[in-house]
Amino acid sequence: MGRIQLKNVTKSFGDVQVIPPLDLTIEDGEFAVFVGPSGCGKSTLLRMIAGLEDLTSGEIEIDGEVATEVPPAQRGLAMVFQSYALYPHMTVRKNIGFPLRMAKIEQAEIDQRVETAAKSLNLMDYLDRKPADLSGGQRQRVAIGRAIVREPAAFLFDEPLSNLDAALRVGMRLEIGELHERLKTTMIYVTHDQVEAMTMANKIVVLRAGVIEQVGSPLELYHRPQNEFVAGFIGSPKMNFVKGPEAEKHDAATIGIRPEHTDVSMTDGAWKGRVGVAEHLGSDTFIHVHDTGLADMLTVRVTGDISVKHGDTIYLTPQADQIHKFDAQGLRI
Amino acid sequence: MPIVAKTSRFSKYGRPTVAWVVGLMFFFPIFWMVLTSFKTDADAVKPEHLIWFTPTLENYLNMTENYDYWRFAKNSVITAVFATAFTLVVGIPCAYAMAFNPSKATKDVLMWMLSTKMLPAAAVLYPMTFLTKSAGLFDTHFLIILVLSLINLPIAIWMLFTYFKEIPKDIIEAGQMDGVSTMGEIKEILIPLAWGGIAATALLVFIFCWNEAYWTVRLTTTDAATLSKLIEGNRAPEGLFFGRLSAVSAAAVGPIVVLGWFCQKQLVQGLTFGAVK
Repeated sequence: MGRIQLKNVTKSFGDVQVIPPLDLTIEDGEFAVFVGPSGCGKSTLLRMIAGLEDLTSGEIEIDGEVATEVPPAQRGLAMVFQSYALYPHMTVRKNIGFPLRMAKIEQAEIDQRVETAAKSLNLMDYLDRKPADLSGGQRQRVAIGRAIVREPAAFLFDEPLSNLDAALRVGMRLEIGELHERLKTTMIYVTHDQVEAMTMANKIVVLRAGVIEQVGSPLELYHRPQNEFVAGFIGSPKMNFVKGPEAEKHDAATIGIRPEHTDVSMTDGAWKGRVGVAEHLGSDTFIHVHDTGLADMLTVRVTGDISVKHGDTIYLTPQADQIHKFDAQGLRI
Repeated sequence: MPIVAKTSRFSKYGRPTVAWVVGLMFFFPIFWMVLTSFKTDADAVKPEHLIWFTPTLENYLNMTENYDYWRFAKNSVITAVFATAFTLVVGIPCAYAMAFNPSKATKDVLMWMLSTKMLPAAAVLYPMTFLTKSAGLFDTHFLIILVLSLINLPIAIWMLFTYFKEIPKDIIEAGQMDGVSTMGEIKEILIPLAWGGIAATALLVFIFCWNEAYWTVRLTTTDAATLSKLIEGNRAPEGLFFGRLSAVSAAAVGPIVVLGWFCQKQLVQGLTFGAVK
């Protein structure tokens, strides 16, 4: 079991309140991702759940029991750190077995559980190596191994993939996804990368300056962002925002249109502009359009390859049913 | 054009020369002391026997037979070993707390501890003497161990603090998540990771304890008197006995020089690690 509830939780460092009163429930078995720009308080929130950071006020409940004053180890949670935080002086086997040894479990059982974890993480060949002799991906797997042997109520991941190169990151993303499917244990995952959030989560918590901007499934956030911030944060390339008369036509202060929801023509359309940089990815082309008189730059995403040159005149037409409308406060209309 | 640093004439010849000169300057008094220790007291003051003299072991033999060298040496070993151990037992948890759970006062506490080293020892001579005598601790091993520990704790804590600071906080926190107690954390994680720094600190504290003279001379008479006291006792108010004095001094610094020689790599590493990185 691993149902985690934050009730009216706040955190201040000195006079600075980094997390204003916040309520959040993470259901048992959920894969929740805290996402937001750096400094938004997502790591602090995770560390408060872990017990590594005190709460200024409020309560944390784990499976219905107040855990606010419970020391980290007794909360039944396991954490994977960005820096892996392996014990450099211990072998992989000792690293993974460490929490079990601290829990005074018999050596025979420790050995057996370490082997089971190592097998599932492809670490069998490395059990007698020290962390310094492992690659980044292997170290990360050891850190995950050290977390899973404890059979925790929930896993906490603090930006676990940000020290890995791009290819490895995609691989590890899948592995963590697999792990969640297999164990069905609650996972809370912190990242600043919205792609990680979109691909892994069943529940995304978007944070800005310690405030929850929106909680929802990835597609809810994509299709119905509650405000301009979430609209701009989720999705890649970023949503285009248009203000002024064009927005007033839709009775909104700002309208947002995603790059993939804009039709492109070289001959006619609603908005006229000039091609700046065109990024050819093969499967898609991202065209950055200038001089539309609507915004500094609009980005459009065209499936497949399209031959446009720098300086070409181009016409854009937003798909009418995909226009997001926001009021002057940036809230969804 | 690539920029190539030219090896200047100074760095090729000048630097080694300066290094040798400085090295010899430091070494010379020790050399002189050892040389003199093999002279008779009469030869020691004669300019014509400056370099050329008939070496004798008389001073050394005298020392063990008449001055009870081994008793002083034993006291030095006992007090230095126990004071070093006690300093670490108190200093490690202290530095651990300040490195990983700092409070607003941590910096001030560190500064305050350092400031105690700025106080001239003589300023507290009277209260110290009075207190130790009235507590009945004068000339006991216990007192010397306590005093040596106290005067070395600030520097030990500073050094340990610097080494501990280099251990990533994540590793300590991972330990907390994995269910280690505070003592367990020190034993299982901190000490193995900071081993080099702890060894360097221990070595330095040991050397300081061994060499300490101000208090050991003033707070002991016979029972707990260390080698510093033996040297002091041979300062010869009744005349100049340079040969004898040199032999006593050489025998007092000998063990620590040998220890330092064998541990120099550890010492240099330990002392520069915290400062540079």
